Amino acid sequence: MSDHSLASSEHADDHGVEHPGYGTFVKVWLALVVLTGLLVLMSHFGQSYAVWGLLILTPIKAGLVFYFFMHLKYEGALLKGVVLVTLGTLLIFFALLFSDVAFR
Amino acid sequence: MSTHATTVQPSYLEDTGARKGLMAWLTSTDHKRVGMLYLYSMISFFFVGVGIGFVMRLVQLTRFQNLITAETYNALFTVHGVIMIFLFVVPGLPAVFGNFFLPIMIGAKDVAFPRLNLASWYFYMSGAILAILSLFTGGGAPDTGWTFYVPFSMRTGTNVSLAVFAAFILGFSSMLTGINFITTIHRLRAPGMKWFRMPLFSWSLYATSWIQLLATPILAITLVLVILERAFGIGIFDPVKGGDPLLYQHLFWIYSHPAVYIMILPAMGAITEILPTFARRPIFGYKAIAFSSMSIAGVGSLVWAHHMFTSGLSSFSVMLFSLLTMIVAVPSAIKVFNWVSTLYKGSIDFQPPLLFALTFIFLFCIGGLTGVMQGALAINVHIHDTYFIVGHFHYVMFGGTGFAFFAALLYWFPKMFGKMYSKKAIYASWVPLFIGFNMLYFTMLVLGMMGMPRRYFHHLPQFNTGHEIATVGSWFLVLGLFMFFGTLVYASLKGEKAEDNPWGGVTLEWTIPSPPPVENFEEIPTITTDPYHFPQENEA
Repeated sequence: MSDHSLASSEHADDHGVEHPGYGTFVKVWLALVVLTGLLVLMSHFGQSYAVWGLLILTPIKAGLVFYFFMHLKYEGALLKGVVLVTLGTLLIFFALLFSDVAFR
Repeated sequence: MSTHATTVQPSYLEDTGARKGLMAWLTSTDHKRVGMLYLYSMISFFFVGVGIGFVMRLVQLTRFQNLITAETYNALFTVHGVIMIFLFVVPGLPAVFGNFFLPIMIGAKDVAFPRLNLASWYFYMSGAILAILSLFTGGGAPDTGWTFYVPFSMRTGTNVSLAVFAAFILGFSSMLTGINFITTIHRLRAPGMKWFRMPLFSWSLYATSWIQLLATPILAITLVLVILERAFGIGIFDPVKGGDPLLYQHLFWIYSHPAVYIMILPAMGAITEILPTFARRPIFGYKAIAFSSMSIAGVGSLVWAHHMFTSGLSSFSVMLFSLLTMIVAVPSAIKVFNWVSTLYKGSIDFQPPLLFALTFIFLFCIGGLTGVMQGALAINVHIHDTYFIVGHFHYVMFGGTGFAFFAALLYWFPKMFGKMYSKKAIYASWVPLFIGFNMLYFTMLVLGMMGMPRRYFHHLPQFNTGHEIATVGSWFLVLGLFMFFGTLVYASLKGEKAEDNPWGGVTLEWTIPSPPPVENFEEIPTITTDPYHFPQENEA
């Protein structure tokens, strides 16, 4: 907590909670840019590539945003659990939707 | 359950805070006053919905067919559905009794976020006003039915966009209430109030709140997509542009089927409170009921496509959803078994709330069993979009949630208003209510099996008799409703003062004065026993 240096990659606020430094944010941002580029690239190979790219890469992007930008990494087990329940519910909905679309 | 604390605080009805009159109500963050705001507004909308239903029944008598046009009939069944579903049964018991009693039942002074709670009511009222505005503005009242199915909802010239936006706003009210209740139950339980010492009404609200939180955003986004389709033709539901109209039905029912459980679970919770009180014994199978609430919430979220069996769903999907639909009947049956077992060898004190609770069980069983019938594909195809469906969901929604709402109102009325109603008048109102209800909706089940399609303005002559019976039933039903609410309004104004615990209940709300003081408890109670711990158990 005593270290207020912005150059530090990791520092904590007054409550002793760890927060990421700018370095982490920039790295995550770069990762997001690369993933977006990859998505755009995949869409040039045809519709099925575009859809699978969206289904696989977008959750990774959302996960990075959740984890670092929205500070999920620094939250307690309860909040992480709540987010996991929500994501799990979403996955089940997806699976059931595919039981229709994939067998039509 | 806990020690009784005598109080010197004024009741929530007396203490108006810094403001007087109407403003004292409109700005109050007291959970009890917010609950009452919901009660008054919901009952008002309910009677608008009843009026529309009454007119729809009337025009099914051939001699009154010229009363309105077919287009108006389309608008009426849409608006009847939107009002009854989004303004009455979805907020239903959680908004009124959940707000009023959840904090008291778990030994808290208020909900976790009182201002957010009041904001939820304002969202509710804003949505309601927009829904009503949609009737008189734009291209006229929406005519899609409450389900807003594409492609018709994308193309009709009526004011669908505003009605859909109203439902979107109402969704916010629902989500915020869900967040509030979940946080309240997690954070504000009194010392000693462990999870399995919570009254089962709180458990049902907890299960409901999770559905509200997880499923409502899906509807909200879907409705925004309909608006975008109408305004910009984005093509997500339009096959010409690569979209899929069935996707709309999926997204709509991913919310709207669990919404049925949002409507019925708190109703079941209220019944679970009423039965032990009037049987004078603890609820049979406490944990089984608590877990069945959670499993209804869970499994009930995975059965939505049974609304779509005839829409071109894949046959694998039909099989899967048919199976899941059958499974959800299990926890519902567990509840019914536990209710009946609670009454078995109980010391029954027959009072109006018990009469309505038993009526709920009877009507809900018919609604539930006709639902299981529809889970089977062959029957489903035969009765799809017929009056059977209309009869079934009215048995669940009105016979279930509606009668449970009435039972809960009768049970908690003395606590909420500090007044007692005339029991004879309530018994008298039950007779036309029960007869009218079954004449109206059971006839619909029969008409549906005979092939009468829903939402039709005209019908073939072979359905005349059925329609006549149903319409006369609606007259009895409306008479019963006026008698029921007339009795309660009279009692709230001129009723005798009620005792603090007129029914001999043992949950926390019965340990405080009627009407409850502003902060509920003089001192937060310490809980040492199970919620349904009746004194005679100690004596035995």
